[in-house]
Amino acid sequence: MTDYLYYPGCSMESSAKAYEASVEAVCGPLGINLKEIDDWNCCGATEYLSLDTTPAYSLIARNLALAEEQANGTRTLLAACSACYLNLSKADHYMHEDKAFGKKINEALAAGGLHYDPGQLVIRHLLDVMFNEVGLDKIKEKVVKPLTGLRVASYIGCMVPRPDYNKHVSDTEHPYELDDLLKALGAEVIDFPLKTACCGGHMTQIGPDTAFELIRRLISAADEYKADALVALCPMCQMNLDAFQGQMNGYFHTNYHIPILFFTQLMGIAFGKNPEDLGFGSELVSAHEAMKRIGIQTPEPVPAKPVAKKPTGLPMPPPRVRAVQQTTGNEEAS
Amino acid sequence: MSAEEKKPKERVGVYVCHCGTNIAGVVNVGEVSKWASDNLSDEGVVVARDYKFMCSSLGQELIQKDIKEQKLTRVVVAACSPHLHEKTFRNACKGADLNPYLCELVSIREQDSWVHTDKIAATEKAKAIISGGVARVIHHEPLEPLHVPIHPATLIVGGGIAGIQAALEIADAGFPVYLVEREPSIGGHMAQFDKTFPTLDCSACILTPKMVDVGNHKNITMLTYSEVQKVDGYVGNFAVTIKKRARYIKTEDCTGCGICWEKCPKKVIDDHFEAGLGYRKAVYTPFPQAVPKYPVIDDINCTYFVKGTCKACEKFCPTNAIDFNQKDEILTVEVGNIILATGWDLFDARRVPNYGYGRLANVFTNMEFERLSNSAGPTGGNIVLRDGKTTPKSVGIVHCVGSRDKNYNNYCSAICCMQSLKFAHLVHEKTGATVYNFYIDIRTPAKAYDEFYQRIIEEGTLFVRGKVAEITDAARNPGEEGKLIVQVEDTLVGKQRRIPVDMVILSAGLEPRYDSKALAKTFGISCSADGWFIERHPKLDPVATMTEGVYIAGCVQGPKDIPASVVQGAAAAARILGKIQQKEIALEPVRATINEEQCSGCRICNTLCPFNAILFHEDRMVSEVNPALCQGCGTCVAACPAGAIAGTGFSNEQILSQIDGLLLLNLNKKEAVPAVLPQV
Amino acid sequence: MTEPVIVSDPPSAGPVKHEDLKLLQEVILRTPGDPGLEMCIQCGTCGGSCPSASAMDHTPRAIFAMLRAGMREDVMKSNTPWMCVSCYYCTVRCPQEIHITDVMYTLKNMSLESKVGGNSTASDFSKTFISLVENYGRSFEIGLAGFHNVKHFITRLPSMTPMAIGMLTKKGMSPFPPKRIKGMDQLKKILKRAKELEAV
Ligand SMILES: Cc1cc2nc3c(=O)[nH]c(=O)nc-3n(C[C@H](O)[C@H](O)[C@H](O)COP(=O)(O)OP(=O)(O)OC[C@H]3O[C@@H](n4cnc5c(N)ncnc54)[C@H](O)[C@@H]3O)c2cc1C
Ligand code: SF4
Ligand code: SF4
Ligand code: SF4
Ligand code: SF4
Repeated sequence: MTDYLYYPGCSMESSAKAYEASVEAVCGPLGINLKEIDDWNCCGATEYLSLDTTPAYSLIARNLALAEEQANGTRTLLAACSACYLNLSKADHYMHEDKAFGKKINEALAAGGLHYDPGQLVIRHLLDVMFNEVGLDKIKEKVVKPLTGLRVASYIGCMVPRPDYNKHVSDTEHPYELDDLLKALGAEVIDFPLKTACCGGHMTQIGPDTAFELIRRLISAADEYKADALVALCPMCQMNLDAFQGQMNGYFHTNYHIPILFFTQLMGIAFGKNPEDLGFGSELVSAHEAMKRIGIQTPEPVPAKPVAKKPTGLPMPPPRVRAVQQTTGNEEAS
Repeated sequence: MSAEEKKPKERVGVYVCHCGTNIAGVVNVGEVSKWASDNLSDEGVVVARDYKFMCSSLGQELIQKDIKEQKLTRVVVAACSPHLHEKTFRNACKGADLNPYLCELVSIREQDSWVHTDKIAATEKAKAIISGGVARVIHHEPLEPLHVPIHPATLIVGGGIAGIQAALEIADAGFPVYLVEREPSIGGHMAQFDKTFPTLDCSACILTPKMVDVGNHKNITMLTYSEVQKVDGYVGNFAVTIKKRARYIKTEDCTGCGICWEKCPKKVIDDHFEAGLGYRKAVYTPFPQAVPKYPVIDDINCTYFVKGTCKACEKFCPTNAIDFNQKDEILTVEVGNIILATGWDLFDARRVPNYGYGRLANVFTNMEFERLSNSAGPTGGNIVLRDGKTTPKSVGIVHCVGSRDKNYNNYCSAICCMQSLKFAHLVHEKTGATVYNFYIDIRTPAKAYDEFYQRIIEEGTLFVRGKVAEITDAARNPGEEGKLIVQVEDTLVGKQRRIPVDMVILSAGLEPRYDSKALAKTFGISCSADGWFIERHPKLDPVATMTEGVYIAGCVQGPKDIPASVVQGAAAAARILGKIQQKEIALEPVRATINEEQCSGCRICNTLCPFNAILFHEDRMVSEVNPALCQGCGTCVAACPAGAIAGTGFSNEQILSQIDGLLLLNLNKKEAVPAVLPQV
Repeated sequence: MTEPVIVSDPPSAGPVKHEDLKLLQEVILRTPGDPGLEMCIQCGTCGGSCPSASAMDHTPRAIFAMLRAGMREDVMKSNTPWMCVSCYYCTVRCPQEIHITDVMYTLKNMSLESKVGGNSTASDFSKTFISLVENYGRSFEIGLAGFHNVKHFITRLPSMTPMAIGMLTKKGMSPFPPKRIKGMDQLKKILKRAKELEAV
């Protein structure tokens, strides 16, 4: 077992419980011991940085200071949420690079009796640790139920490969880590061109039109490539693509149905864990059909009542004709 | 000991240059010269003057007049860098019968006025620098230059257009040339091109005659498929070791009939000459007009070398010219001068992930396009997509790929704007496709270049000002399916655009050769952080290097087009012809010498010397400096732990008293620092 | 010093005031690290890369040109920084290695201070988010989305109901605020001090 300091982040406690459960389920077998930072606080996502600089960095730095205090010999601080990961490494990076700025943040921390020495912690994302520290060989060893036949799009999003201050990831636009990991689990991985495109971020809240367009780009591309599921590694990405997929469909008059799963959920399945313990069933776009295809029984979708949308104005032209017939999708809406 | 008791033994003249306003704009030159005559008289200064341009003939005459009338025995000129005018002032002294090495040039321009803005501090610094120069010059000794004969032969490394031009110039003047080329044929990159800007003449048509001239010239020895391994000696007398790789062809018997490559069963992707788009055989000449005409057998791919059987070529060769037992040859040639013309490598476009080269089939590089467009290329000159048959209806040409970008190369590759315009024309002419050029700035500064740009606009090429953000096959809007989409901000409109095209051509930039740093070391010259070789002076001496006798020409020195490469080839040749005509060369006597008694044989200096001038005598276990190779840089002097190395021109006495002088310790022995600290 | 520049084409707000020529420097100084913004060569890589470009009233590149021109009011009013989704494409692709995303954060900070503008939906969202964090030490999405949408997208609420129900039932999300962190006092002190430091 290797100890890692662990920063879960707020989403893990609410919208991303499936992530939380599955992370826990797969870390043990792989020898990752997560030591959650005691009394961590929200990292502020992208919101605090928008309002105020010094307080935003101080908010993040409190976590770094706590982690350093509780480190006990461990140096790696691990985060599973991309935004948390980036914020933690961003604060560490700028406090280190810009000495005056680092001093200022420490001055704020001092008001709470804390201090952080920039550069003390190595901040890494869970995927990076899985790939580079645990290694694919060890992951392959644990696979008892290969995901043969499951066609997935691997989706990394923005904040892990970019700006990647410490060059942990293979590429800023087409990194291969998640592809290789999913292949190691036996899944068929498509060469997803939008692997690191944006999920819409907080746009779902402040500019839904923009967000829907960004979500559509991803979902329609995954659909074009005939992916059974899209695999994410960030609670925000998962939430945007999953929870807003329905609204996006309404907005564009489309009928996409691409379940969005966390990579740890699929690792759990491949490791032979029980789907329910991995948070299956909590996704709004059900993965039931997709998983059934490889013989995994996950909770049936709860039929939701479709929202009757009154047509306004002139009728829309029919959606683009695609060469391949959609197998899933209609069942859900009926 | 007080200053009055010591009678200065030398009579020193100090000359402070204004350099127009270059120096005088920051340093109060009048005050400095007055200070020198008031305060340095104990050091021997008998006259100090300032003058608008010391390097002008009037300025030089001023010094000469003082030497004669004031009986000066030492001269200190405070002006620009010694790189620029040390020779000038030494010659001036020589003209007045003062040994030139008794003149010291100290820099108050590069090291003072150009790098400071605080006038008071800069003036104080100038005083200190002059004080240092005066303290040093007192310890100078009269020196005589070394004279060595010059070998009339020249080595040229690299048979691209620059090397070819240089070889022909020197050979036509009647002197022998060794032309070393790494590939089986000379010609360089130019041999791969279709047409050349701005006149659009066919590249082969203007290059081949020159290549043939080289091949037939009685004064040129071509050593193709060869590389330089080692360089010994010094200007006028280099001994160069060259490895000639085995061709496995007896060139004295081969007629170049081509039957061997016709019969050879082994096809190999030609990632060199055909830029990966075409095939060659295991026995091949890179292209039909190759010079020399003899093929080579590529022993890494040849079936016989891999499996031990085949020899089809040998069977069919009508003159029995195939020889599988040939071995690499090592030869040594003696030359007086060297020209490096090894050219450039193409930037690897795969490094830009957002452009998709290597992932998206119809994204091509510029070198690939040259081969596509070339009628002798793999498609017979048809511009088609990667499928080998479809003619594109729309083509996007992306400028500045890997250039002007801090993530890759921060410099402008200089030729790719013109090359991209050339491509726009070729695509138009041959396919009638819609052509987009995506550029940041259009750089067309040479003769007839901007006219060429205007001609391309007139032809209907669509110019979009914006550095391409990404190239993708992920369709988003109707009309994008199955196309490559070029996503870019049209900065003149201020909007993001997505432009679907069938084909994208990346104008990848020029890079130094991958082995340029090693090559620089072999020849004892320096290259910039980028890897381009550094010229002696960027404006006034662009083809010489800091190492006497080694010249550079063409793209080794930096990205440039064919006309500029030819100019440099000819210029380097002219410089060398001038030297050869002199028959002997005077070498700077500023040299390091090793005291054998003190040398402990540790060999630390041997590897440090940037000019490979130090040899080691195994028998006596001592190092020795070759005075003709030594450039007097002083590296070894500082490095020797035993203090066994001294330099004429930089003895301990000279250096230490210069430091004392800089700190004004010679004036005020009590204070360790100058009275007024320069505020920098 | 440069003469004041008269910029006549829209989106100008009239002649540039003299002191605004320092605007670019101000943005640079307020951004942590060295953002390198003065080195922009106006190539448009950022504007070409930006997934939000179509929603922005000016592309990021244009904003940087406006900063140079000292068009303070236009920049402060622009929705551009508020539309930034922090995808960092521009940052890694910029040939001048300018920290564009960080600059966008700085511009948001400045636009809030300037009072002339910004995007109210966006800044309100940030404010709602942060008020939660400042009170509980943690955020919680349902509550946040609720407050926020009631205020800004009231007409959208019906179409969101299925999602909200799904969130509560399927995702098992709690509609109640999270537990306060233990060190809430400590956090408050830190943030108070940080705000004082920000002001200087
Ligand atoms: C796509 C493209 C199109 C272009 N089109 C034009 C055009 O239309 N008009 C124009 O004016 N310019 C054009 N240029 C620029 C032109 O290519 C250069 O100006 C020209 O090639 C420079 O010639 P060179 O002799 O310096 O180098 P090169 O052509 O690179 O020749 C160098 C030679 O040295 C040899 N060599 C390298 N290393 C060694 C070694 N260690 N030992 C021995 N030999 C070695 C190489 O094999 C090669 O033969 C174009 C460039 C590109 C990229
Ligand atoms: S021996 Fe080698 S070069 Fe000769 S024909 Fe066979 S494969 Fe070709
Ligand atoms: S020559 Fe033109 S295309 Fe090439 S790097 Fe310079 S500006 Fe870019
Ligand atoms: S990408 Fe960088 S250099 Fe180009 S316009 Fe944007 S900020 Fe300026
Ligand atoms: S980081 Fe912001 S400004 Fe930059 S490309 Fe992404 S959304 Fe646009």
